[in-house]
Amino acid sequence: MDEMAHIRVQKDPFDVAQELAALQKKGADMGALVSFTGLVREFDDDRRITKLTLEHYPAMTKRQLHAIAAEAEARFSLVHCRVIHRFGPLHPGDPIVLVITAARHRKAAFEGAEFLMDWLKTKAPFWKKEESSNGSQWVAAQESDDLAAQKWTAPTVKPNGQ
Amino acid sequence: MITCLYFAWVRERIGCDEESLSPPSEVGNLHQFLDWLSRKSAAHAHALSDPTILRFAINQDYATMDSPIKKGDEVAIFPPVTGG
Repeated sequence: MDEMAHIRVQKDPFDVAQELAALQKKGADMGALVSFTGLVREFDDDRRITKLTLEHYPAMTKRQLHAIAAEAEARFSLVHCRVIHRFGPLHPGDPIVLVITAARHRKAAFEGAEFLMDWLKTKAPFWKKEESSNGSQWVAAQESDDLAAQKWTAPTVKPNGQ
Repeated sequence: MITCLYFAWVRERIGCDEESLSPPSEVGNLHQFLDWLSRKSAAHAHALSDPTILRFAINQDYATMDSPIKKGDEVAIFPPVTGG
């Protein structure tokens, strides 16, 4: 299972083109590659974000990301998937997360990527602290993220450990 | 000995990111552990005052109030996650 999923949690930026090319080299049994990149927004409501610091729980992050990727691969018959998540201090415009799915057909690749992001948002143990024009505060979990994850009717662990 | 880890504002309120704890033997599940832990200091009581806004993991898996806790476990206490 781990051979199919390539998971990295790192401080450094990633290069989307390089990651796509690396995954494409894995074999010819794929008809679709979907990639999603999450970025730091400059504005959140009326607040101008100057810095976003991501903290995580390394041992659990690794475990959860592997479990989420394995679930995505099984559900959508993905040929490969790749998840890269950054931590540490980030700034507006910086990439935070990259998800790439490879499947035989586009529907599975699209759905697999959406599933991975929905689950990752509610299960991977990351926390964001935002510095903005309004001062410094921890970003609250969004109910809309929990609802998005619930639509996949999680068979094992519920979103956010509820 | 139980290793207890804190993240995000829970870490800030308690004032450290990790503690080694030896709860009494009658502490057998997460609910009992939190009860005991919140009596440790005013900072612990403040951080743990509303468990409904907290999430928990035991040995890196999400846990609930009735999850058993035993010697050697790694318990983590944190707010709902906001990754992605």
